[in-house]
Amino acid sequence: MENLLANSTEAVAVILFGIGFTMLLFHRNLFRKLIGLNVMDTGVFLFLASMGYIEGRKAPIIVNGVQSTEAYINPVPASLVLTGIVVSVSVTAIMLSLTVRLYMRYHTLNLDEIYKKADHQEDDR
Amino acid sequence: MDFIRNFPMFSVVLSLFSGVLCTLLDAKKAKTYTILYECAVLAMNLAVLWYTVSAGTSFTYVLGEFPAPWGNELRAGVLEASIAVVFMAVMLCAVLAGLRYVKEDIDESKVNIYYTILNLMTAALMAMTWTNDIFSGYVFLEILTLTSCGALIVREIGRTTLAAVRYMILNLVGSGLFLLGVVLLYDVTGNLLMVPMQRSIALLYPDPRARIVLIMATGILTIGLSIKSGLFPFHYWMPDTYGWATPTSAAVLSSLVSKCYIFLLIKIYWRVIGIDLFMEMPIRNILFVLGLCGIIFGSVSAIRAENINRMVAFSSAAQIGYIYMGIGLGGIPGFTAAVFHIMAHAVTKSQLFLTTPRLADVSGGSLRFKNLQGCALKDPNAGLFFLLPSLSMIGIPIFAGFSSKLFFATAAADGGGIKLILVMLALAASSTLNALYFIRTLIRIYTPGRTPVKAGDRKIRHRLDYNIPMIVLTLGNLAMGLFSWVFAGLIGQGLGMFM
Repeated sequence: MENLLANSTEAVAVILFGIGFTMLLFHRNLFRKLIGLNVMDTGVFLFLASMGYIEGRKAPIIVNGVQSTEAYINPVPASLVLTGIVVSVSVTAIMLSLTVRLYMRYHTLNLDEIYKKADHQEDDR
Repeated sequence: MDFIRNFPMFSVVLSLFSGVLCTLLDAKKAKTYTILYECAVLAMNLAVLWYTVSAGTSFTYVLGEFPAPWGNELRAGVLEASIAVVFMAVMLCAVLAGLRYVKEDIDESKVNIYYTILNLMTAALMAMTWTNDIFSGYVFLEILTLTSCGALIVREIGRTTLAAVRYMILNLVGSGLFLLGVVLLYDVTGNLLMVPMQRSIALLYPDPRARIVLIMATGILTIGLSIKSGLFPFHYWMPDTYGWATPTSAAVLSSLVSKCYIFLLIKIYWRVIGIDLFMEMPIRNILFVLGLCGIIFGSVSAIRAENINRMVAFSSAAQIGYIYMGIGLGGIPGFTAAVFHIMAHAVTKSQLFLTTPRLADVSGGSLRFKNLQGCALKDPNAGLFFLLPSLSMIGIPIFAGFSSKLFFATAAADGGGIKLILVMLALAASSTLNALYFIRTLIRIYTPGRTPVKAGDRKIRHRLDYNIPMIVLTLGNLAMGLFSWVFAGLIGQGLGMFM
């Protein structure tokens, strides 16, 4: 329990990841799936960002000639989070465009109904 | 000759550049350009293979000259080079043999975009093969996911969009898990480059607290990549995806993209976790069991399929099972068998996916078995190029499929114990099942039907753009069957360089 409190940010991150993961897998509505995807990614980013941050230290820009590594945090996790955000945005964009295409064709966002309609409408090649 | 050391980087950069360039060209120029540039990348990969084999060592290409714990690196050894050569050769053959269907399936104004997607996909494949940095692996893994989705939806029918959504959802789950695994490993080791990471992991592993994190991170990475590559029970997206895509995409997705994820996983096991630690982890046994299940369930589903493309797609699920079974056996023999099967299956499956639409063309455009009666007699050329890879899939000697089954059996015999019995049973069962559905198909396509050729059937015109790639792939298949020891030697040498 003490460990959990000490690492509360990480715990929250893992819970977020779990929520997003189950939403992405089990919700039938495409938009909710997409929101789940973003929650899941946010969970990972929070985890990474909280691991990369050390209380009381500063961003790694040298001011007033302080060169000791004790004064700064490692910038790599932050840059990884940025890369991850870029990836996540592009994936969301492509998924949204797919959703629009499906909606135009089947007029619903529920995956089960879409499957039913697709089985109905299109004959096998 | 040291100039060759730049080639891995060139192949990635050239592919990215070609992707951008193809958006500016018109359809015809983009096609010609793509074929030429893929030949160039294949030649570069062959040069790297020759260089690493003749030098007997691997080399690292350091980007921007930042030394090891910082910066980003590419690494080329015999194994990476052989995989890259096979991937590029199959890619080139798939592009050539699918040209006709690209013209039919894709709107004229979007053909250049299709080549853009293929070139970016090549960049991702090459980068994932060469990379020595696990986070670059993640970035290119996402690029590969997005481009494979693009290669799927470029044929604009409702079915492909639906298949793409299903494919993307599972793949995004896989990517999310992979990212989490990478982040966990980064948090405990503080490195992203594979070599320093492995050094830290070897130091940390004896500590029980770190061990839990390491095993968990490895497990999460494994689940992520096995979802993406379609290991049982995550294989159900395969038939829709491969069955509805344009043939080039189907061939590339089934034989290169899913294999590339497995290759990255193998690379992580050897170069990040370290093979000795991996052999101690329980993950190996789970993969072994799932691999066996995949072989049986994939084959049974293939038997029940009504459509030839779905059958071939389900048989892909079984073949992925074989590869994971090899990983589960572990050690140099197990991994050699797995990597050999990656290559053998790439050559065989692409040929099947590129041939089935030709059989459908002479059967009124239908891929259903009941309409395929006698189609091989109407189009003997396509029939032959379906027959040969089918024999390889069943495991007839002189073809690659036989050699890979032999490698799996010897690897199991090396390990002994319960796994030997299970592998032998699985090989026997799956060979029988494979023979059952492939021979049934062959009998059907070679038995003349009662109905004469319909007036609507198209004239068969095979041009060199279909025959030459098929002959190349068949020769590759035969070479892997007849000279399997050469390939096994290369893979063994490459795995040795991984340590």
